[in-house]
Amino acid sequence: MQVFTGVERPEGLSRWRAGGGRKWAAGLGRWGQALRSPLGATAATLLGLVLLLAILGPILWGDRADAIDTSSLSQGSSSAHWLGTDSLGRDIFYRVLVATRLSVALALLATAIGVATGVLLGAAPWLLGRRVGRFAVATINVAVAFPALLLVLFFAVIFGVGIRGAVLAVGLGMAPYYARVTSTLVAGVSGRDYIAAARIAGLGRMRILLRHILPNIGEPLIVNATLGAGGALLAFAGLSFLGLGVQAPSYDWGLLLNEGLNGIYVSPAGALAPGVTIVLAGLAFNLAGEVVAKKVGLRTANVRTASAYGPVPAAAVDEARPASDKDTAPVLAVEDLHVTVTGPAGPVTPVRGVSFTIGRGEAVGLVGESGSGKSLTALAVAQLIEAPGRVDARRLEFQGTDLLHTRGRAKGIGRLLGTSLGVVFQDPTTSLNPTMRIGRQLGEVVRRHLGKSRGEARARAVDRLRAARVPAPERRAHQYPHEFSGGMRQRAMIAMAMMGDPALIVADEPTTALDVTVQRQVLRLLEEIRAQKQVAVLLISHDITVVGQVCDRVMVMYAGRVVEDLPSSELRTEARHPYTRALLAAVPGMAADRDRPLTIIPGRPVDPAHFPPGCAFADRCPLADDHCRAAHPPLATDGAGRRVACWHAGEPLPVVTEDNVGVGEAS
Amino acid sequence: MTTATATPGALRGVVESPWVGFVLRRLRRLLISLLVLVTAAFFMIHLIPGDPVRASLGATAPQELVEARREALGLNDPIWQQYVDYLRNLVTGDWGSSMTTDVDVSQIIADRLPATVEIAAYAFVLIMLVSVPVGVLMAALTRGGRGRRTELAFTSSSVVIAAIPDFLLAVGLVYVFGVSLGWVPVAGKSTVESYLLPVLALAIGPTAVLSRLVRVEMLTVLDADYIRTARAKRLPARWIYLRHALPNAVTTTLTVGGLLLGGLVAGTVLVENVLAWPGLGSTIVSSILSKDYPVVQGIVLVYGVGVLVINLVVDVALALLDPRSTIRES
Repeated sequence: MQVFTGVERPEGLSRWRAGGGRKWAAGLGRWGQALRSPLGATAATLLGLVLLLAILGPILWGDRADAIDTSSLSQGSSSAHWLGTDSLGRDIFYRVLVATRLSVALALLATAIGVATGVLLGAAPWLLGRRVGRFAVATINVAVAFPALLLVLFFAVIFGVGIRGAVLAVGLGMAPYYARVTSTLVAGVSGRDYIAAARIAGLGRMRILLRHILPNIGEPLIVNATLGAGGALLAFAGLSFLGLGVQAPSYDWGLLLNEGLNGIYVSPAGALAPGVTIVLAGLAFNLAGEVVAKKVGLRTANVRTASAYGPVPAAAVDEARPASDKDTAPVLAVEDLHVTVTGPAGPVTPVRGVSFTIGRGEAVGLVGESGSGKSLTALAVAQLIEAPGRVDARRLEFQGTDLLHTRGRAKGIGRLLGTSLGVVFQDPTTSLNPTMRIGRQLGEVVRRHLGKSRGEARARAVDRLRAARVPAPERRAHQYPHEFSGGMRQRAMIAMAMMGDPALIVADEPTTALDVTVQRQVLRLLEEIRAQKQVAVLLISHDITVVGQVCDRVMVMYAGRVVEDLPSSELRTEARHPYTRALLAAVPGMAADRDRPLTIIPGRPVDPAHFPPGCAFADRCPLADDHCRAAHPPLATDGAGRRVACWHAGEPLPVVTEDNVGVGEAS
Repeated sequence: MTTATATPGALRGVVESPWVGFVLRRLRRLLISLLVLVTAAFFMIHLIPGDPVRASLGATAPQELVEARREALGLNDPIWQQYVDYLRNLVTGDWGSSMTTDVDVSQIIADRLPATVEIAAYAFVLIMLVSVPVGVLMAALTRGGRGRRTELAFTSSSVVIAAIPDFLLAVGLVYVFGVSLGWVPVAGKSTVESYLLPVLALAIGPTAVLSRLVRVEMLTVLDADYIRTARAKRLPARWIYLRHALPNAVTTTLTVGGLLLGGLVAGTVLVENVLAWPGLGSTIVSSILSKDYPVVQGIVLVYGVGVLVINLVVDVALALLDPRSTIRES
């Protein structure tokens, strides 16, 4: 059974106070909305039918159901008696219909008893203070551990066989469950500000419970009670079936089922019909509960992604490029890379036409605001974009191997990427498998791709951990990720990226999730590895200073395109794109005047769903003119190999005054 | 999992390990629950309105007989005296005797328990063997918005199946396999085939619930960062599913599996009665109907202890499989 405890409401606002009469209107509106979905309509129809039968059944068919026909005892189904007759010759079909009232009424009564008792028990910690409350909670916890049916049997012994005993037994048997739900809900609500306010106002605890707490936990309680009514119905049917509940001459579905089972060879329908009605009625309550729960309760993060795409345009065929010599070829060559992913309103292409190469042992930084497409570029390069996301490019080569047309070569590509391309992710806490020892996680690559034995893989894992400056690597390899600190975890990630002697390490914001002190150590480690092993590095970051310190070359991305590409050494002096210069200006120096507001780039990053026709930065650029807004500037390469995409590259920026600083969004 | 190599550090690890605290906590919880259970079983008889002996023997029984029986059961002693006696008798294995047949309760339980444990255990094994592969397969087939129809068919059918209580399933199975097809005996415990109906009746509902849960859990896990890490290692899909995703989905699966197993204990009561299976379930119901309270008391205890033991085993298994769960609570 699920527990729905989702009450999301502004922290300081009591539902009671929030809006008198409107409260119910709003509530009904949501419930009504819930019932308009196909599932909701089914549930409502089914539930309405059950309730209607419960009300009308005995009035319409009560006499026929009790009519004894001695001429046809225990008959199978016939035209006169659709479902046959019982041992006294009574019509089973009408008996099943008439039994609806007793079955449903008893289930609802039992549920009411269960909910009332449960709420009292569950609210006990709140009403009676901490000590008694703890005892109540402990009792609830013990009781909840036992299946409800056992509790029901237990109470059935105490209260005796019969309707009264069974109602009490089912109700009390369900009470611990509601008590648990209530105490969870009360605990969640009682810390809210409006409760504190009510207490300061001097209201009594009982009054606060009735006026402020219960209204605020009412919805999830009703949802649970609706679900529970279905359970009560089934439990009651079970008790009656066992002979512990309703006793003849009264009858409910459980008792009819019991009688029907005895005659199952003569009239199978007589046994199956009450069973079917029990299931349908139970389903009606369950469905109604679930539908309402979905609407008012926990909003399940059910993000559906559109899977249907137009036909994939055949990627431009590579003009017979001779397999280049691996030593002189760049480690990575990317031309006109596009990445398409599914946004909330259909496919968007946040990366549109990125081209660059990375040479052997070169460290390249990719800088940009969040949403600029830098991380997607990194994932695309590492071939980690999953369907329905899509990668298109004119050229995408790693170590001279085409990564675009991989059909039939999946295994070879897998080995190449697995061993030669290491990836370091942003958050080492979530990026390491919590259920696997560090050593084994590291060893997988060489076990899989190089066919090493478990011992060899472990030895290499220890070696790489040592190279990544993890102290006591032998012992550490035997530990789980949760036994590592954040910085150590990132070292382990880096060690993992080095397992197969990589030619390129793609590091996607490797220090963002770490403490400032640890950030430096991790960056230094990356630098060392690069220097020692001649590994190329593609470092993704939003921090232009970090990239400037670590990398040979910096590429600045904006709105899915590279807007500037220049050596780090020239970053401070030669940056020509207004965006790059704005990024650099936004970095507070040690000598920054603390009385002045931090320099920020005004405006917001562009939404990938709505790229403007011209230069995407135009709206935030002090140099922009009509030409900028109309035509997007090409990425032009100068004689020294620097690239920039700006119609006004290198022009002096207007002097920053108090007026145009300050209000925009920080990146 | 790799086996631990014996290093000097290993011994120190044991003493410091969170396991000691974990085991102590669990033992304390077990003891408290046991005490509550035994106390409840004791008071069950005393809470019955009126005289349970009179109720059991019937209104026509002579007063002397009732008095003698009350004396024999110790019902005339002060209540605390009875409680202490009850506890002592429990520990020494004297669980009283049936008020109708005079057979020792412990003997009745010993006769009836194995049949119940058998069907519950087989059902549990069947549930696990079916629902985990089905759930993983469904996750693989319906991942990232693929296989919409498969998803709809699977989800709706599992919801409907899960809504059918096990005793009704048992009735349905009796009709299909026993009455219509005539393949298996419809009642009682005899041949190997006679196990089919009770085990299926117990297993089908929980299988539907659990496979749905495994699928949802797998889908969540497959979106986790560490699965991307595993993909970055270019491991084969099966390897990623089975070694990286499944162990992380197992925590919830096992927690719910444990609850379902506890529910199975309850399910046996009804299913045994439908199929006339000679286990504890049919005995407790007939004993409640004949007001044979010592037998009811004993069987309630056995069921309760069974549930507690299952909960303990699930907790320990969880701690072994998911090392975080021991830490999380401390």
